[in-house]
Amino acid sequence: MSVVLVDAGGTNIGSVRYALQRLGVEAPLTADAQCIRDADKVILPGVGAAGPGMARLHELELVDVIRSLTQPVLGVCLGMQLLCEHSEEGDTTCLGVIPASVRKFEESTERCVPHMGWNRLSPTVKHPLLKDLEEGDWAYFVHSYAVPVGDYTLVGSDYGGAFSAVIASGNFHGMQFHPERSASVGAKLLKNFLEL
Amino acid sequence: MLSRRIIPCLDVRDGKVVKGVRFRDHVVMGEIVDLAWRYRDEGADELVFYDITASPEGRSVDRSWVERVARVIDIPFCVAGGIRSVTDARAVLHAGADKISINSPALERPGLIDELAAAFGVQCVVVGIDSMRDADGEWRVRQYTGDPSKTRSLQRRTLDWLTEAQRRGAGEIVLNCMDTDGVRQGYDLVQLTAARALCKVPLVASGGAGTTAHFRDAFTQARVDGALAASVFHSGAIAIPDLKHDLQREGIVIRL
Repeated sequence: MSVVLVDAGGTNIGSVRYALQRLGVEAPLTADAQCIRDADKVILPGVGAAGPGMARLHELELVDVIRSLTQPVLGVCLGMQLLCEHSEEGDTTCLGVIPASVRKFEESTERCVPHMGWNRLSPTVKHPLLKDLEEGDWAYFVHSYAVPVGDYTLVGSDYGGAFSAVIASGNFHGMQFHPERSASVGAKLLKNFLEL
Repeated sequence: MLSRRIIPCLDVRDGKVVKGVRFRDHVVMGEIVDLAWRYRDEGADELVFYDITASPEGRSVDRSWVERVARVIDIPFCVAGGIRSVTDARAVLHAGADKISINSPALERPGLIDELAAAFGVQCVVVGIDSMRDADGEWRVRQYTGDPSKTRSLQRRTLDWLTEAQRRGAGEIVLNCMDTDGVRQGYDLVQLTAARALCKVPLVASGGAGTTAHFRDAFTQARVDGALAASVFHSGAIAIPDLKHDLQREGIVIRL
C-alpha cells in the first residue's frame, strides 16, 4: 500500500510522518501530481492559516488534482478545513470536496481561543474510520476555527458548544484534532484510515 | 469539555535531561527519549523541553534530539530555549516540535512574537514569563533567569507584558512565578488569578507545585488551563497517574 503526504507547507508534516512510521508505513512527502494520483491513500496535513494553505495548493497546481482524487483522502487540522467549501479565516475559498464551512470560534469568558488541549470525542454514526473508537475517547486539538455540526459529521466534540471533530463526504475525510499527537486514540484512528 | 493539562518540564543539557539545584550542579537524570516516553506512558498531557544551555551559549536548540523525541512521542511537546528568530523556530518545528516557547528573546525584541505568529500561527507560539513581586508590591518581569549571574530585573510590569504578548500573537502564556518556584508550597494563586483575568489565551501555571492540592487549587481557584512542574515529577514525589485520579475525584476534567 502506498501512502503520500501532500506537501502543503505545514509544519506538522514531520509529526504525521513519524506517526505513520510507528504504524509501519513509510509515507513520502510530495507535491507531485502524478505521485498523489497514484497513491492508495493521500493525507493532507497542515498547520497554519487557510489563505496561505490554499495559495500554496494553487501555486503547486494541486487544487484540481486533489478535487479529482477517488482514493481515501484524509485532511488533518488545517488540512481538514481546506477540504471544506469555505473558511472564514481570511474569507478563503477552499477545495469544496466536503459540503461544510469553517467558522471562527467566538471567544467568551468560559472559552479561550485557540481551543488548545485534550477534548472528548463523541462518535455520532457508524463508520469504518471510527472502528474501536469509544464515546469519550480523548484527542488533542489546537485550532481557532472549526466546522459546525452537519450531515458530514462523523464525530462531534464540545467546546462551549458542539463542533465537528471528524467529518467525511465520499472518499474525503477530515480530523480537526491531531491524531499524530493524540496518543493511542490517534494511532487507532490513523490505522483505521490506512485500512479503509 | 476541554481537560486541564498536566505538563512535566524537562531541562536538557548536551542532549541529556538534567536536574539542577539552584541552577548549578546539574545531575544527569537520563536520556531524553527514555524520560519523555516514561512521562507519556504515565499520562502526561504534554511535555516541555527546556534547552538550558542554548541561550547562555548564544546558540539555538540542538534539533537532533527534537527529531528523536518527535519520532517516538505521540503527545504534543513544546521546546524552549535559545529561539531568537523565525529561522530558529522553523528548524525546531520542522524537526517535529508542536510549539515553541520564547522568553528572554521576546523581551529583547517583542516584535519576535508578531513574526512567529505570522509565520506559523498563534497556536504554536508560547510566551514564557518569569515574574517576581518587587518591594513595592508590583509583579515585574525578570530576564535571563537561566543564569543567576545574568538575571535582570525589568521595569516592565508582568500583567502589562502578558497583555502585550497576547496582542502580538502569543497563543499560550506560561507564567513562572519565581517567588514560589522551587519551594513546593503551592502555585502563586494570587498572581495567577490576576493573570487569568487578563489572559484570553490558554494560561499555564509554573512554579511551586508540591502536592496534589496545589494542582487542584491552580485549576479551581486560578482557573489555569495547564499546570507545569518539574521536580515533584522527577523526584517521584508525585506520580502522574495518582495525581490525575485524585484531580478527577475532585471533579476536575482530566484525561485518564
